[in-house]
Amino acid sequence: MSDFTLKGENVHLWRGERHVLHGVHFSVTGGQCLQLTGPNGAGKTSLLRTVCGLAYPEEGHIFWRGEDVRVDLPAFHAQLAYLGHEPPLKMELTARENLHYWVGVRRRLTGRELDGAIERVGAERWADRPVRTLSAGQKRRVALAGLTLMSVPLWLLDEPTTNLDAEGQRLVGRLIDEHLGQGGLAMAAVHHELIISSQGLRRLELRLE
Amino acid sequence: MNNLMAGEAGTSFVSAGTSGTPSVFAVARLMLVRDLRLAFRKASQLVQPLAFFALITTLFPLAVTPELTQLRRIAPGVVWAAALLSSLLALEFLFRDDAQDGTLEQFALSGRSLTGLLAAKTAAHWLLTGLPLALMAPLAGVALGVQGAALPGILASVTVGTVTLSLIGAVGAALTLGVRRSGALLSLLTLPLSIPVLIFGARATQLAIRGQPYGAPLTLLAALAVFGITVSPLAAAAAVRINLE
Repeated sequence: MSDFTLKGENVHLWRGERHVLHGVHFSVTGGQCLQLTGPNGAGKTSLLRTVCGLAYPEEGHIFWRGEDVRVDLPAFHAQLAYLGHEPPLKMELTARENLHYWVGVRRRLTGRELDGAIERVGAERWADRPVRTLSAGQKRRVALAGLTLMSVPLWLLDEPTTNLDAEGQRLVGRLIDEHLGQGGLAMAAVHHELIISSQGLRRLELRLE
Repeated sequence: MNNLMAGEAGTSFVSAGTSGTPSVFAVARLMLVRDLRLAFRKASQLVQPLAFFALITTLFPLAVTPELTQLRRIAPGVVWAAALLSSLLALEFLFRDDAQDGTLEQFALSGRSLTGLLAAKTAAHWLLTGLPLALMAPLAGVALGVQGAALPGILASVTVGTVTLSLIGAVGAALTLGVRRSGALLSLLTLPLSIPVLIFGARATQLAIRGQPYGAPLTLLAALAVFGITVSPLAAAAAVRINLE
């Protein structure tokens, strides 16, 4: 039913003298989550950054809905959300302000949507505190709220459960499950298995060579 | 086409071009408000270049001579060299914070024009450093013995000149994002490019102080600013993309 597909064909990436990605192939469609595993330095982050177009592969292509993403990068970006190692938050702003400016660049947000997302990640009590005063796990939750607010079909997540407590890790699983249920797709680099119940879990292991 | 397909998939995803996407101007305003709000939360970064400017211009009467006729002669050079150095001091903060916390990355991946976002950020930077400097320049002029009639000329030339300085600085700051302790490199990159601004700006100020028409150098300054507005955001966006890779 969903025509969202993300495909990588023979992706090679060099970082200076290092050959980081050796011809990676993958394919994800709507309702699936591709879990990237592998030892440190195997290129999980590099693959995510290549997929979203921040890094240019030396060889190979990424296809979104059957079209090379390089053809219209801004249109592709408008449909993806990338969450890196560090939550992209301003220390001086409150969690709510951060979400307002971060997501507001992409789409109009209503106050109710903001409240809803904040509540969903359990951030009501500290949403109006400067991010500087929040713990690493709390910051991660704010970033997750931003992720859901973007309402885009493709999620690219780099270690989404870092710094989260057990409840938080289940929250990540729930959010991904819901996202897949809506026909979305996700690609997540992880060290610990994601806690998701969906049938759509696929695995890709990257190796050091 | 895209909207139609997303609709068919029966999802609530927002796709590009729907009514949920804010206009370019709405995004630019959002950026401006964000940067102004951020700046006022860490006011020390705001005050630093201004204090520096005040310091340099007050040192000259002490170091050279307290005699007003002589001070008046060197006033254009003093005001402009001080404005140039102060705006340089503020440049380091232009993109650095946003690069460190991953905000720039999110901008580049937002599907919105990175050029537009950086242009808005540069505008905010000028409002926070260039404009206050321009407002302070006439005061510095008075301290250096300049007559009241010349002050509009000083205000106008520094206002227009700092626009160009901010724009040149944006390219320099974007290029040096990946460099640790970029201060020295940044000044090496931007100072040579700022020389025309210094020349025409100081000339306009000098003519204004002498009571002569200063329209010609001021127009050239404005031409530089227009050129900067056209080219600088594009160059800065390209430089940021390279640094993100």
